[in-house]
Parts: sequence; structure tokens; C-alpha cells
Amino acid sequence: MSEPVAALPQRGGLSPRKKQRISRGIQYAILIVIVVVVALLADWPAIINSFLNVEVAGETLPTLFTVALRNTVIYTVTAYVVGFVVGMVLALMRLSSVAPYRWIAAVYIEIFRGLPALVVLLMIASLPLAFPWLQIPGGVYGQAALGLGAVSSAYLAETFRGGIQAVPKGQMEAARSLGMPYMRAMVSIVIPQALRIVIPPLTNQLVFLFKDSSLVLFLGVTAAQVELAKFGNDVASTFANPTPLIVTGATYLLLTIPLGYLSRRMEARQ
Amino acid sequence: MNHAVEIRGLHKSFGSNKVLKGIDLSVEPGQVVCVIGPSGSGKSTLLRCVNLLEQPTSGKVFVGGVELTDEDVDIDAARRGVGMVFQQFNLFGHLTVLRNITIAQERVLKRRRPECERIARHNLERVGLTEKADSYPAQLSGGQQQRVAIARALAMDPSLMLFDEPTSALDPELVGDVLTVMRKLAEDGMTMLVVTHEMAFAREVADRVVFMDDGMVVEDGPPSQVIANPKHQRTRSFLSRVLNPTHVD
Ligand SMILES: Nc1ncnc2c1ncn2[C@@H]1O[C@H](COP(=O)(O)OP(=O)(O)OP(=O)(O)O)[C@@H](O)[C@H]1O
Ligand SMILES: [Mg+2]
Repeated sequence: MSEPVAALPQRGGLSPRKKQRISRGIQYAILIVIVVVVALLADWPAIINSFLNVEVAGETLPTLFTVALRNTVIYTVTAYVVGFVVGMVLALMRLSSVAPYRWIAAVYIEIFRGLPALVVLLMIASLPLAFPWLQIPGGVYGQAALGLGAVSSAYLAETFRGGIQAVPKGQMEAARSLGMPYMRAMVSIVIPQALRIVIPPLTNQLVFLFKDSSLVLFLGVTAAQVELAKFGNDVASTFANPTPLIVTGATYLLLTIPLGYLSRRMEARQ
Repeated sequence: MNHAVEIRGLHKSFGSNKVLKGIDLSVEPGQVVCVIGPSGSGKSTLLRCVNLLEQPTSGKVFVGGVELTDEDVDIDAARRGVGMVFQQFNLFGHLTVLRNITIAQERVLKRRRPECERIARHNLERVGLTEKADSYPAQLSGGQQQRVAIARALAMDPSLMLFDEPTSALDPELVGDVLTVMRKLAEDGMTMLVVTHEMAFAREVADRVVFMDDGMVVEDGPPSQVIANPKHQRTRSFLSRVLNPTHVD
């Protein structure tokens, strides 16, 4: 016979609940001590002057919004459009009844999910070294759209495929039974329903791309092409003050946090 | 005159699983033929071979004299003449009832939007759901969804309607509405091939009842014969099971 030992009140010693309460009290105490020590030891004027310098922030903000944020949005959106279109084509290839299409798509997806986005971006930028006749239109903008788009297309392809497979088979069959050709049924019936299912991961992909657009700085951009991360870094050097980087970080969060929140809301609603 | 449907020597295997083992069956224009038989006997597969949702392994299928199993036939065009109603309704969940009925007319038959809507409303009236035009499928009961699915198929002006257990997924109190619509359709002269477990419907509406078992047609004749007076032992034992569900043999 086994005794339910744990459930018995332990006379003499402390009950588990009491122990828990004491442990939590100790944790709060440690936290308070650390906060107080940091607050007392920190050189607040120096910190504020370095990281939250109002003067520097004021110098930074106008160009940050008119140039850097604008470019970040351009890099992100163009790459997302490329990724979306190519990703959808890849997803349809993955589901094709023609085996070579499936293989080609599978290999592409494996390669571009396995490579760092930076490496892809640098390879795209160095293509003209190998093929001088090959000039990617749009300069840095074209290279960014292509490179970041190629990477996100691999992720989006898997997302789309999952969405399409989550639409019940009967939807395609009903559409076909009404005389719709396969592609017509895909476009009018299956894909619209698949997209609804994958809105949360699609939003996440947009957030990833928004952050990864900072990699464009490795392409060697002019002052007019600069995006948030490089801009923040450059201005920080100019002023010899890290405040611009803080402002830049805050700008990223200004967009990524609402997007993430939106994505979780939509996920919860489904 | 052509048969509405003619099936000759139809075989269908899934891998090594032989599901249809040589089906010969024809339906005349205006006839209602009910297919009955135990679960797994291949009734759905037979129906799905008629509009080539499944590719037959061998054999021929003709609809209105056109061989659908011919390599050269435009299968999308051929399917337009064959309406299909599924057990699970399969309404397009992202579209309103009206759009469910107009989308194939518009995209496939290239009808103009106003004409599509006129035809859609006419067919909604036939199934008694005019007031649901702007609802979404999820807002309808199962019986209402199935009637919309019937209207959707009818809007394509099919010469033949296939029904695969159209009432099996419905709560008992909703079955009647769907059967009423089907009965009316039969009276209007629609050619219908119906897989069903509704024996009363088969007895009353069908011109012929086909009993299938193990991938073969066991018995084919008027309901007065196949249901009331079956010749084959297999038919008799199936009927005794479905007509007296409490009786176990
Ligand atoms: N797509 C498929 N792939 C593999 N096997 C299948 C497929 N469709 C049907 N089958 C098999 O074919 C056999 C007959 O199935 P079918 O659905 O035609 O039977 P049924 O008479 O309609 O049964 P029920 O009354 O349960 O609907 C079953 O053994 C089933 O497993
Ligand atoms: Mg079935």
C-alpha cells in the first residue's frame, strides 16, 4: 500500500505553502536590493547625457523619419512583395503533381532557409562581379528586394503550403465539380481561405523582415539610401553619443510591437 | 437517344485495394437512381468516378453520350454538365451564399454578374432560402447549407445531379427539408444519381434502386423489387440491418 505522503500536513516542519511564501519573499528582497544598489551607484547624469540626450535626439529625429525609416519601410515592403509572390509560386510548385517542380521548390526552400540572410544579400550584391552584364535594376533597392525577398520567399512558401493543406480537400473538389480548372479553383477558392489561416505567421514574417532590413547596411549605401540601423550608428559616431541608437531602437519597437500584438490578437481569434 | 449516364466495365483501385470491380450501370434521362449498400462498398468512389473526381483505373464513363474517360475530352467543360452534392456540403466558407452560387457561373460559364445573381436568386428560391443570400455558410444550419449546395450546383444548368449521402451529416430534424428539395427536383425531371441510406426516399422517389456490395452491383431494379422483394441474400441481410437498426444478425 502506498501512502499519499505529500498530501499529509507535515507537523513540526513548514507546510509547502509556507515554504513557497518565504521563498517568494526572499526573491523580492534580492530584487529590491539590486535595484537600490544600481540606483545609488549609477551616474545618472552621465547615463542620461549619453543615452537619452535630448539635444542629440532632436538633431536625429527629423532625418530619421524622413530618410531612414522611409528607406527601412521601402526595403521591407519590396522584399515582402517579392517574398510573397515567389513564396506563393514555390508553395504551388511544392504541391504540384509534376515531380520535378516539387524537387526544385524543395531544394530552393532548403537552401534559402539554411543560409544567413546576410550571406544571400552579399551574394546578390556580388553577382555583377561574376557577370558584368548582370545589373540588378534599382541598385541597392533592387539588391535588397531580391536578396531579402529570396530568403523570406523560402519561409513564406512553407507557410503558404501549410495554409493550403489546412483548407479541407472538399473545397477543391466542390470547385472542380463546378467545372473550375485547377488553377482557377486554387486562386478563387483555396488560396483566399489559406491566407486567412496563415495571417498570424505572415505578420511574423513581416516583423522578421523589418528587422532583417538592417542587413542592407552591408551593401554600402549612400546617405539617401540609409536605413534605420546604419543611420543610428552613423549619427551616434558623429555626435560621439549613443542616443541615436536608442532612438533607432525605439523606432523599430514602435512598429514591431504593434505588429506582434496584432498578430497574436488574430491568432487568438481563430 | 443517349443514356444520361453510361458506365461500362468500371474498375477502380487505390494501390492494391480493389474498390470497384467492374461496374456496369446506366441512367436514362429524367430517371432517379438510388445507390444503396454497406459502408466501404464503393458507392462514393463510383459517384466520384462519374465526374472524374477520381480517375478510373479502367472502364468507360459516358455522360450525355460524351465519353469523359476519353483522354482528349476537356474534363473541366464536361464537369460543368454534372452537378455534385457532397455529404459535407463543401460550401465556400469565405464567400456569401449568393457568391457561392455566382462564382462558378461567372468564372466558368462567363455569365455577366447581374445574370449570375438573377439565376442564383432563382435557385435559392427553388430550395426555399431566398432570405439567406447575404449570409455566410457558417451562419446557416447544416440543412440550409446543403440546400445552398444544391442551388449552387443547379445554377450551372447541369443535365445530371450526383448526390453522395446528402443527408448523412444532418441532424434528423433537418433531413426532411433537404429530401423535400430533392423530391421536387425529381418531379421537375432532373436526372439524379443518389447515394443514400434514406430507404423511404429511395422507395418513394427512385425509378431504380441499385444495391452495391464489395465493389460490384449486386442488384438493380425498381424499388418494389430491390427494396420490397430482393432476390439476393446479400441485399436481404443489408436491408434487414438498415430497416431494423436494432436487429443484429
Ligand atoms: N482516396 C482514397 N485513397 C485510398 N483509398 C480510398 C480512397 N477513397 C476511398 N478509398 C477506399 O475505397 C473503399 C470504398 O470507399 P467508398 O468511400 O467508396 O465507400 P462507400 O460505399 O461510399 O462507404 P460509406 O457508406 O462509408 O461512405 C474504402 O475501403 C476506402 O478506404
Ligand atoms: Mg461514401
